[in-house]
Amino acid sequence: MIDRRRMVVARIGELAIVRFTDKKIVDSANIEEMGDEMFSLVDKEHIKHVLLNFHGVEFLSSAALNKLILMDKKIKAVGGILRICELTEDILQVFIITRLNRVFDIRKTEAEGLKAFGASS
Amino acid sequence: MVEATWGWNLHKEIPSSKDAAHEVIEHLLRAASDAGWEGRDFFHIQMAIEEALVNAVTHGNKESPDKVVELEFKVTAETVFMRIKDQGAGFCPDKLPDPRDDDHLECTNGRGVMLIREMMTQVQYNDIGNEVIMVKQRKKG
Repeated sequence: MIDRRRMVVARIGELAIVRFTDKKIVDSANIEEMGDEMFSLVDKEHIKHVLLNFHGVEFLSSAALNKLILMDKKIKAVGGILRICELTEDILQVFIITRLNRVFDIRKTEAEGLKAFGASS
Repeated sequence: MVEATWGWNLHKEIPSSKDAAHEVIEHLLRAASDAGWEGRDFFHIQMAIEEALVNAVTHGNKESPDKVVELEFKVTAETVFMRIKDQGAGFCPDKLPDPRDDDHLECTNGRGVMLIREMMTQVQYNDIGNEVIMVKQRKKG
């Protein structure tokens, strides 16, 4: 059993669905932990495809965005796909302002994210 | 900027720690909320103060116990004024690469400074770049 504090992970075959436990992703220690827990999905559990579900997350800082960028690189390096879903309008605007919506495949709902992976809940 | 009668203001020095920074951020956000700031504008204030203050503590003062961050906040229903000064060497915000450029999209620096500029009504750095003044004016209508 892997102990995770910043996220809850559900698996469907090679796909991991990640849901975050913090409403605000700002604390630097928590962001480090969030990064480590995400990266271990690829490094230790050898998961290739990840859907990050931000339901319930109201705020994240640029330090958290940096972890997402590193996670995306990590997943691309193993030939996988990272998708993001359930962003609030405010956080979606951050992705648009930073043009990170060009880097990440962003879907409105988890169902749409799963569908893009060819999976269903 | 219109000099309003400030409903809430705070002028203090805090140690160069992220815990101290987040404590004072909570004070500011509570004051902004009490003054009626909400929605997208509130989110923008939260983003700007988070990015600027964490930058001051970590990049500016490098979390040195010998250095402090000077803060000045003023809040009314129409305007939020935030001044943050660290004791670091400063930086040149105009020399940071634009993280929106295709070549820098996946870089992990410069994004906070860019977000502050996009989300605030007015942003001004001093000459050496160790002080930033950020102003948010409520949108009319």
